[in-house]
Amino acid sequence: MSDSALISYLTALADDELILGHRDSEWTGYAPILEEDIAFSNIAQDEIGHALALYTLAQELGGKNPDAMAFERPWKDFSCCRFVTYPKGDFAYTVVRQYLYDEAELVRMQSHAGSSFGPLRDLSEKILAEEAYHLMHSKGLVERLGNATGESHRRMQAAVDTAFPQALGLFEPVHDAKKLIDDGVVRPDSELMDAWLKSVVPTLESAGLRPPVRVNGASYDLSCKPEYGGRTGNHAEYLRQIVADLQQVYKMAPGGSW
Amino acid sequence: MSHHTTEDVWKALAQVQDPEIPVLSLVDLNVVREVTVDGSSVNVRLVPTFAGCPAMEAMRRDVERRLAEMGFGDVSVQVDRTAAWSTENLSREAADKLRTFGIAPPPRKADSLQETLSKPVPCPFCQSLDTHPDGEFGSTLCKQYYLCNSCRQSFERFKPL
Repeated sequence: MSDSALISYLTALADDELILGHRDSEWTGYAPILEEDIAFSNIAQDEIGHALALYTLAQELGGKNPDAMAFERPWKDFSCCRFVTYPKGDFAYTVVRQYLYDEAELVRMQSHAGSSFGPLRDLSEKILAEEAYHLMHSKGLVERLGNATGESHRRMQAAVDTAFPQALGLFEPVHDAKKLIDDGVVRPDSELMDAWLKSVVPTLESAGLRPPVRVNGASYDLSCKPEYGGRTGNHAEYLRQIVADLQQVYKMAPGGSW
Repeated sequence: MSHHTTEDVWKALAQVQDPEIPVLSLVDLNVVREVTVDGSSVNVRLVPTFAGCPAMEAMRRDVERRLAEMGFGDVSVQVDRTAAWSTENLSREAADKLRTFGIAPPPRKADSLQETLSKPVPCPFCQSLDTHPDGEFGSTLCKQYYLCNSCRQSFERFKPL
């Protein structure tokens, strides 16, 4: 088994969790209703907790410690997908992004059940139990807001148009992914994307929303271009801003403790 | 030189409270998972409830302090972030303590999560089964808000996991 490929993989997943968690935390104190303020603050903590657990696994294989990964790395060294780096947008964009992300995380963590790397199997099981609550929340909001008023439908459709091609970046393979597939550690991203499409497309359609796909037999063809680049460090400027935000306090006193 | 046994350590840690739900100890919560004693050395493994539980650092420090007070010269406390944690492992005593604290305990036997969540949750104040969830989240990661339609009291439920 290739440790360096596995460290890259765990780091990419952890970076996704860390950055989306921080974007979610931007709703703390600002969400449209109190329940959603609490929900997104909880989800932020959960996702950042998953980032910590994934960085810790990478560290055990020879990677850097989680604080160094989160607070000392230059933004260009992050390997999160571009999807999670965009500003929180309006609440519709946040809900659609979270829903598309939650379904992708479910598919990916489920796919680890057969992994040849035991600690990844165990951690994925733990994450899946927590994610069940995230998905109930985001799927419920998609179903309600998609079919609610004309204004909410319009905003939700606009969010799907923007977020869908970005979300496909969750399935951009990491460097050396082929080694991990050959070693039975992970499943191919194309397989995960197919499973994801089979979950998200019917849900969006039942909410009266049109994702950019065409039916092709039992599967779907994409009618949009996936937004790749994040896994190879080709980031949008938004990542610079959010990484500067989250590293700000740490950099005032590197290594400080209280 | 400490002359404590593994059993002594378990008993001592059964007195260390959860910082967020102080009626429960870290042993009640099944956060203390493993204790190994070797002369004046002690090794304890902790498993967080939810991976992102922000109380984990406080728990680790509290355990270290208690072990040092017992006289152990070499104290090692590890947080195992990979191992699963489930509400199935909460004891009946823990459920009773939660109820008296005003928190609805999770059901003892977990079916599928969907099934578990479709079952009525008794109000910890008036025992009415006429309650409903108010969202999927709560004041801490491990709890979720509920409302009682009978006594109109809002309460929290420990999330089944």
